Amino acid sequence: MAERSITLEVFRYRPDKEQEPTFQSYTVPYREDWVVLDALNYLKDQVDGSLSYRWSCRMGVCGSCGMMVNGTPRLTCAAFLKDYYPGPVRVEPLANFPVERDLIVNLDDFMQKLKSVKPWIVRDQEQPISEGEYRQSPAELANYKQFSMCINCMLCYAACPVYGLEPEFLGPAAIALAHRYNLDSRDQGQSLRKDVVFGHEAIWQCTFVSECSVVCPKDVDPAGAIQQEKVAGALDLVKSVLMPWGSR
Amino acid sequence: MALVHDVLIIGGGGAGLRAAIAAVEADPKLDVAIVSKVYPMRSHTVAAEGGTAAVIKENDSLEEHIKDTISGADWLADQDVVELFVKTAPSELIQVEHWGCPWSREPDGRVAVRPFGGMRIERTWFAADKTGFHLLHSLFQTSLKYDAIKRYDEWFATKLLVENGRCQGVTALELRSGLMQPILAKAVVLCTGGGGRIFPFTTNGAIKTGDGMALAYRAGVPLKDMEFVQYHPTGLPGTGILITEAARGEGGILVNKNGYRYLQDYALGKPLDVHDPKHPQLRTMELGPRDKLSQCFMKEREKGNTIPGPYGDVVHLDIRHLGEKKIDKKIPFVRELSKNYAGIDPVYEPIPVRPVVHYMMGGVHTDIEAATPLAGLYAAGECACVSVNGANRLGSNSLTELLVFGARAGRSAAAFAKEHAKLDTSALEIQAKDEQERIRKNFIAKMDGKERIATLTAEMRTAMESGAGIYREEASLKATCDKIAELKNRFKGITLDDHSNTYNTELTTALELENMLEIAETVAHSALQRKESRGSHQRTDHPKRDDEKFLAHSLAYQTDGPPRVEYKDVVITRWPPAERKYGDS
Repeated sequence: MAERSITLEVFRYRPDKEQEPTFQSYTVPYREDWVVLDALNYLKDQVDGSLSYRWSCRMGVCGSCGMMVNGTPRLTCAAFLKDYYPGPVRVEPLANFPVERDLIVNLDDFMQKLKSVKPWIVRDQEQPISEGEYRQSPAELANYKQFSMCINCMLCYAACPVYGLEPEFLGPAAIALAHRYNLDSRDQGQSLRKDVVFGHEAIWQCTFVSECSVVCPKDVDPAGAIQQEKVAGALDLVKSVLMPWGSR
Repeated sequence: MALVHDVLIIGGGGAGLRAAIAAVEADPKLDVAIVSKVYPMRSHTVAAEGGTAAVIKENDSLEEHIKDTISGADWLADQDVVELFVKTAPSELIQVEHWGCPWSREPDGRVAVRPFGGMRIERTWFAADKTGFHLLHSLFQTSLKYDAIKRYDEWFATKLLVENGRCQGVTALELRSGLMQPILAKAVVLCTGGGGRIFPFTTNGAIKTGDGMALAYRAGVPLKDMEFVQYHPTGLPGTGILITEAARGEGGILVNKNGYRYLQDYALGKPLDVHDPKHPQLRTMELGPRDKLSQCFMKEREKGNTIPGPYGDVVHLDIRHLGEKKIDKKIPFVRELSKNYAGIDPVYEPIPVRPVVHYMMGGVHTDIEAATPLAGLYAAGECACVSVNGANRLGSNSLTELLVFGARAGRSAAAFAKEHAKLDTSALEIQAKDEQERIRKNFIAKMDGKERIATLTAEMRTAMESGAGIYREEASLKATCDKIAELKNRFKGITLDDHSNTYNTELTTALELENMLEIAETVAHSALQRKESRGSHQRTDHPKRDDEKFLAHSLAYQTDGPPRVEYKDVVITRWPPAERKYGDS
């Protein structure tokens, strides 16, 4: 039996050499249990060592290998060739990000946005380590757990039509992480995150298309997080009008 | 103008982030930087699943954790280090709890623990079965609150800069620009993880290429106990993706082709029915240590009791009796991975598994303060060997280790930096120029090579598995040593398709292979010279443990030829060497 194959159309861009990106077509062996990342690794190892992309864990948890596969943001370690057979499979860098080279995008913007939401536990008073752990009931844990599952893979930003038009938009993953800490019973930092999360460039920009939640490989539901923050933000607004000197 | 910091940490995984936070907390005025070849949240700590061990429950004691760790290590652990490790573990885990790690909880809100292999009492804290992921992201996100921590994300360290007998920085390649720069520092901490990628079949991600070990080794620092490589008994065939030990901690069983729980034939105790309330029994059967369970698989295969599959023989990990609800609550990632990568739903079918290279007990030699013999250089985490794990690491001790010794390394480096303000800047810059020229000449500008990186890598991996796998003997080890020497020679004739600057990932792959060849050679030679069987190092030609000659750590030093292997006594304090016994609970 002749070995089956599949065609990959891969986005190429080498800023040292080329003015414009191009698509390069490669034929790779087709294997039932291969993911798109396996095909890329085959190309890099055997055919063209100059193809550049990020990857590491190949088990869907490090968040490195997000790309557009036939126009949809996917983790390429979890996108099976069999779902695209007989092809061709178009592989591009994540949409909405500046491209550095080939399939590698620039993440500076997200890294700044992540820091801006203060994604850490804020306490008025630290409990000394000697007094042990903060108590947190399973129900309190369940409250935020889903929003702590974000692997920062950026698929949600690539899917977000608002981020595509308004790069200032804080975006799904960063808001979901802010929400994660706001919901954590150990945290007291919600008021510190307010300006960023309730600000003009954040939750109010979202038009609730929910594409972010559709593409999220970890079921984080950033759209849900944004909706919940909108409710909190609206309440906060009402409170500030009704009780201008009120507590928190 | 060189970049200069007080403390420079190489590697942004669990150990590196913990070290950075410890250094700035030791003195908020210190300028601390992390160089990492990937964004910190991509580091392989992210893939750890089952949990992290520390004594916190009333039914547990420090003494029991110490004894489990020492016997698990087949007495090759330094007992003063183990004692410190076990005593420090609870406060380190509480610290990351305070930093937001979403530990799974008891109904009363206290942290929950689960049983794990080789542990007499359940003491493994967990965040469902994504413990490493949550730990890494908690540390990373917490690190963002310290403005004194500067990061060099996607910079690849190529060389340690050593002058006047002191490590004073590194040269590093900025992947985005392709520029090589010296980054100078008063103290340097290596936290670069292990090197499982020297083997063909591993749970380790692509980035785990032993970079820090190779950097230290080339700078004259010995690599300790490199012959001890842990095979985890339950990897998915083909990909090598890890199915966590927590699957067995929660009650999963291992069966051969006849549906028989074969571990009972290998001095690991007697099985209880899976519905017996006492199942699973600690330190018994499926909760035996990883080295022994992987060795049992090999013996079953020899007997013809394993199940042939497209990627070699397997046995079955059966968790069906746990039921869908428990599986989804306690080990949901096991289900997700099995469905995605083995095409089976473990709620209804057993999971095919086989032993897979998982962890290196060996690494950069450090003392109890995480200091290497080279002044100003510290190391922690999997890249280091502080001698907690000896000849076999117990599951859930490694995340604890990277916290305890990551923090210690950060504090040690901070103290050293404050006492050594002066840097030999001009000499270091000359060294950095030489290194830049070496990279240019040997890789970027080199046009006459013919060896492909992928070919050499594949040959190295095959040689490591055939000679330095679960069972070893002199002839095949010698063949592996020869093969690695040949590959190191052929590496000089390497060819690159990519001669550009921006994100030249072929160049970094070549540098990673250079590092892997270095450490592979130390693994093979240390294994060849250890003529005994202990823990994960099993010699069919020397099947017994030999405390007379080998109750000692190996230290591999770089020479012009093969590594020179010396030995250093194990520190024994209160727990004299004894026979390792399991299945007696």
